[in-house]
Amino acid sequence: MMVQLQAKSLACQRGGRAVFSDVNFALSSGQLLELRGPNGSGKSSLLRLIAGLGEPVLGEIVLDGGSADLTIGQQAHYAAHQEAIKSPLTVAENLEFWSDFLGGGDLDGALAAFDLADLAQFPAALLSAGQKRRLSLSRLALVPRLLWLLDEPTLGLDQASLERLMQLLRGHLSGGGLAIIATHAALALTADATIVLGAAR
Amino acid sequence: MKLIWALIRRDLRLATRQGGGAGTAIGFFVTVIVLLPLGLGPDQALLQRIAPGALWIALLLSVLLSAERIFQSDYEDGSLDAMALGVVPLELVVLAKASAHWLTTALPLAIAAPLFGFLINLDPQAIPPLGLAMILGSLFLSLLAALGAAITVALRRGGLLVSLLILPFYVPCLIFGVAASSNSELIGPSLLILTALVLAGLVLVPVAAAAALRAYLK
Repeated sequence: MMVQLQAKSLACQRGGRAVFSDVNFALSSGQLLELRGPNGSGKSSLLRLIAGLGEPVLGEIVLDGGSADLTIGQQAHYAAHQEAIKSPLTVAENLEFWSDFLGGGDLDGALAAFDLADLAQFPAALLSAGQKRRLSLSRLALVPRLLWLLDEPTLGLDQASLERLMQLLRGHLSGGGLAIIATHAALALTADATIVLGAAR
Repeated sequence: MKLIWALIRRDLRLATRQGGGAGTAIGFFVTVIVLLPLGLGPDQALLQRIAPGALWIALLLSVLLSAERIFQSDYEDGSLDAMALGVVPLELVVLAKASAHWLTTALPLAIAAPLFGFLINLDPQAIPPLGLAMILGSLFLSLLAALGAAITVALRRGGLLVSLLILPFYVPCLIFGVAASSNSELIGPSLLILTALVLAGLVLVPVAAAAALRAYLK
């Protein structure tokens, strides 16, 4: 099944200030889009717009070929800087909640995806920043979703985890998924398209 | 339904791990009730007359104490973003969070409150109707607390604002809650009105609170 995500002349404002305008892209199944640009250029804002956690002042985002009765956000994973981790709960309990809440998922697979099985019974409060990031990213492997929106996912990851992320991403794309990554780092994967957002005005 | 239960179960787990929910609220409640006779003097007749009202006011304030936190941590750590992308509508998320607040904070308080009535010479006959009214009323209090918390979710130190926004809406609950326990003829009608308040809250609060949360997420 061919899926296409299209953005047509998107413009975004935050607090009355224009962040970006006239952003266009078309992304099909199996493609990776890279967002680049200096701090404050609107990479995160663009990801939030696509997830439906914001409204563009101009333009529109259309998903062709996905589930008709779900919004784009409901078919997407949005991995942001805030990691949505509850520190009093253990790693497994954190994942278990998201698995239940998102409608059932592969708990063991998610733990294995970022090598967290040994830490499963650990309270999340004791995790390091990198481990928290891994826990947050393992949601990607927990529940399959069509579109991945990743906001600087490589932040704080060690080399091994970085490779696991790339492997996961490769699997997702070859399975017909779509991914948009905002990053400053050089990725091991070649993006099918790159959008460079302008400097903050 | 299973999805909602997952959220309620997580919140219950968080409340038991972190403490601070029911414990703090009951501690605050008891402190107020203990201080009251010290401030008013040992006039037993006076204390008996004001006991139901005093217990209710202490209950309202104790529930408000924890109201601010209902959505705050989920908003700050990004859970709310992720929940907004779930298949569960935010309205049901609100309902689940309010239920969890009720189960962890307001309900234990409502059950314990009449028992502390002996500290201020509450008429023992008033305990059953007062308890019943408080259990009903506490659900309404939790629902409104969730609404206040949703409206102020992104505001640092929003606690005072929650109180100002929500306390006026607590008035009917206070009036009929006290009426149920101070006049035996009014028990039936008062409990009916409290039930009506709870039902109205169950319908209106999720819609209003979800709208507020959406506005913040945008």
